[in-house]
Amino acid sequence: MADSSIAVQNAHGEAQNPALLHHFAEPEQQRNAASLGMWVFLGTEVMFFGGLFVSYLVYRLWYFGDFGAASKTLNVKLGATNTAFLICSSLTVVLAVWAAQTARRTLLLVSLGLTLLLGLAFLGIKGIEYHDKFVEHHVPGASFSFEHEKIPGHPDHYANAQHAQIYFALYFIMTGLHALHMIVGIGIFLWLFTMAWKGRFTPEYNTPVEIGGLYWHFVDIIWIYLFPLLYLIDQHP
Amino acid sequence: MSMATAKAQITERENYLNKEYGIGSWLLTTDHKRIALLYLISITFFFFIGGFFALLIRLELLTPAGDLVQADTYNKLFTMHGMVMVFFFLIPSIPAVLGNFLVPLMIGAKDLAFPRINLLSWYLYIIGGIMMTHCMLTGGVDTGWTFYVPYSIGTNTKFVEAGLAIFVAGFSSILTGLNFVVTIHRMRAPGMTWSRLPLFIWAHYATSIIQLLGTPVIAITILLVAAERVLHLGIFDPKLGGDPVLFQHLFWFYSHPAVYIMILPSMGVVSEVIACYARKRPFGYAFIALSSIAIAVFGFLVWAHHLFVAGISIYAALVFSMLSYAVAVPSAVKVFNWTATLYKGSIHYDAPMLYMFGFIGLFTMGGLTGLFLAALGIDVHVTDTYFVIAHFHYIMVGGAVMGYLGGMHFWWPKISGKLYPEGWAKLAALVVFIGFNLTFFPQFVLGYLGMPRRYWDYSHMPEFQVLNVLSTAGATILGVGYLLPMMYFLWSMRYGKPAAENPWNAAGLEWKTASPPPTFNFDTEPVVTWEAYNYEELDAPQIQEVPVGR
Amino acid sequence: MSEHSKSSPLKTYFAVWVALLVGTYVTYKAAFLDLAPLNAAVALTIASIKATLVALFFMHIKGTSEKMTKVVVVTSLFFLIILLGLSMSDYVVRAPGAN
Repeated sequence: MADSSIAVQNAHGEAQNPALLHHFAEPEQQRNAASLGMWVFLGTEVMFFGGLFVSYLVYRLWYFGDFGAASKTLNVKLGATNTAFLICSSLTVVLAVWAAQTARRTLLLVSLGLTLLLGLAFLGIKGIEYHDKFVEHHVPGASFSFEHEKIPGHPDHYANAQHAQIYFALYFIMTGLHALHMIVGIGIFLWLFTMAWKGRFTPEYNTPVEIGGLYWHFVDIIWIYLFPLLYLIDQHP
Repeated sequence: MSMATAKAQITERENYLNKEYGIGSWLLTTDHKRIALLYLISITFFFFIGGFFALLIRLELLTPAGDLVQADTYNKLFTMHGMVMVFFFLIPSIPAVLGNFLVPLMIGAKDLAFPRINLLSWYLYIIGGIMMTHCMLTGGVDTGWTFYVPYSIGTNTKFVEAGLAIFVAGFSSILTGLNFVVTIHRMRAPGMTWSRLPLFIWAHYATSIIQLLGTPVIAITILLVAAERVLHLGIFDPKLGGDPVLFQHLFWFYSHPAVYIMILPSMGVVSEVIACYARKRPFGYAFIALSSIAIAVFGFLVWAHHLFVAGISIYAALVFSMLSYAVAVPSAVKVFNWTATLYKGSIHYDAPMLYMFGFIGLFTMGGLTGLFLAALGIDVHVTDTYFVIAHFHYIMVGGAVMGYLGGMHFWWPKISGKLYPEGWAKLAALVVFIGFNLTFFPQFVLGYLGMPRRYWDYSHMPEFQVLNVLSTAGATILGVGYLLPMMYFLWSMRYGKPAAENPWNAAGLEWKTASPPPTFNFDTEPVVTWEAYNYEELDAPQIQEVPVGR
Repeated sequence: MSEHSKSSPLKTYFAVWVALLVGTYVTYKAAFLDLAPLNAAVALTIASIKATLVALFFMHIKGTSEKMTKVVVVTSLFFLIILLGLSMSDYVVRAPGAN
């Protein structure tokens, strides 16, 4: 291909689509690169949380009874509600992607807005849960206290406070990092909402919605695992 | 031909170096070649900082008594030496400098897939570097570069800052790997199929896999240690019911494969340079390419051989010991294939090739002594002795740094547009090789005889002094060997002879554009119609006029 | 994504959404039954089904023309299993709490 034809192609592409960056030959290549980039990034996220899952597994294996006792102090109803919120937000995200691809502006804006609301509701409930734990002195550190909590299934055994503290440490780190990802996601979706408001997304150009959606779904998947691992260790009476 | 020369003159007037001037045009650049140079300057800075610590360590060990520095200072010296060299020099060295410069050129792309993320990765590296420098200037850390718990939880030195510096630099490494993977998948020029990819690209692809999958684990580990220090959670603290061995599992899940982040790119350099100076297609191209991927995968299966004496179960130790031997297979495939490439090649003993000979010899020694350490029975005896120190320096300095320097020489004409002085370069290669062996070979003997690592005072074992003096003498020579290239590279930027497009008559797309290349790498989009390493075609009579420009 | 205008994906999306909500409800209820050692297995199986549904239909792994997406997913999971599996290979044969 000659020099000039590339230049023409680029100029042509830019005229149509200001988002086409200079080093890509065509929008398709740019879209594929962005999508693959997000998937690879999510792969690194899997390993990031993987380190936490290993720690969780080891101590759950060692201190199962104490983990059960500590897990019982969580509010399962709130946890389940939050799970439902995230699942609904995943639906609104996938609707937003579809709306962007099919040029449905109202549906796009409504879906993005609902996603934001559901995300904020999730964080609000998480905040209530954190507050409860704080009041109960279940936050690891100097003021941590976990006395007279019985091990589920063993009414004559008290849980070991140190081992329960490890549970709460993992609980706060895992849910905290998840919440941090949620906050980042809300930031991304605020930006997407603004762009959608300005009418930037078209059936030809909607990659940001798509890869932002991938990120959101991934954060949802992490929670789908965190909920049973942290809330439902040993709930049965 | 005349059109081509006319074009060459035009591109010589405008290239990526002289297109724009001013500090802003560098600090805000998204050109992968300029970012490579930013990295080059930054990692050279940290290389000499780390080298300075190494020299102080060697000076202390010149005499058995602990007389130059106190024990606390010595602990900080080897810690900062390790942290700076591993996280701020070796990990970014070849990928972020040569890889950044060459990956798009070699596959015929205008830039990496995400140029702004590439710049971001440099800024993250610099932020991490500033934090690490600040940490060093305000007291440093004494945990050893491995920052094992529970010591790193309790030490009163500034672990949190150093840990976060490594955390941030780790993100920089992840972003580099992400950029390479996407670029190699999505940005190849027409006709650049996977079987035509240079082996340097294969090596960087494998490296990127490790960066992407390993680095997040060290990131979360650092966060956990930092949280443990501040809040006393108990996750790693045995006093609070935690398991310190869990830390070692997580740490080495990254840090063992991290050795392959350092060595794989060097192996890529070796494959390129040997092919050029033996004028042959590398023997068993597919095996070299796939052995890179195999090393990346097997590298994740062996980490617990660092834990044999840490109290892991004997059954797991047996499994990891056996798995560790598996890494030797793809490594040996590479060494055998390189030597087979040399067989009946027309070998030119130019400076880059001398470094490659150094690499092959030193890497082989480092690799074979690695097998000693993989063997459960031997490892128990030589763990935490100088045997281990010598072993991993043969890999990481004798291997990775030799490859880095050889690659810097090989591609210097492309990077700077100038030729380095060949005589000085050969001399430097020799000095580095001699200095390196004199420094580290005695350490094998020391370790075998039982000298433990991390001792600042060995006055109760004065019989070790002779070997330590040899080692320190070698370190001085090695230091000179590292200063030489820096000086003549700088000299050549001003006084060196201008380099032609392809001064070595080498195969590869990077040699088919001007030296230094224009901002978008190629004047016309390259279309690849030939196989990789077509040295037979290049050396065929009708094209032999090319070296005239030399 | 390439759109297939002949059949709207909305039906799939809502079906998956309902399945996910039902899965959450079942997980929640099952946790309060005494299934002895099976509680964790049930919870994690349902979680994995839910995660797979999200990945396949919401993240469009199913039906994508991109082979690389699948390769990346499989690779990540493979290395996650190595991290979990080889680490636990040490712990399952070590006495609890033995350091």
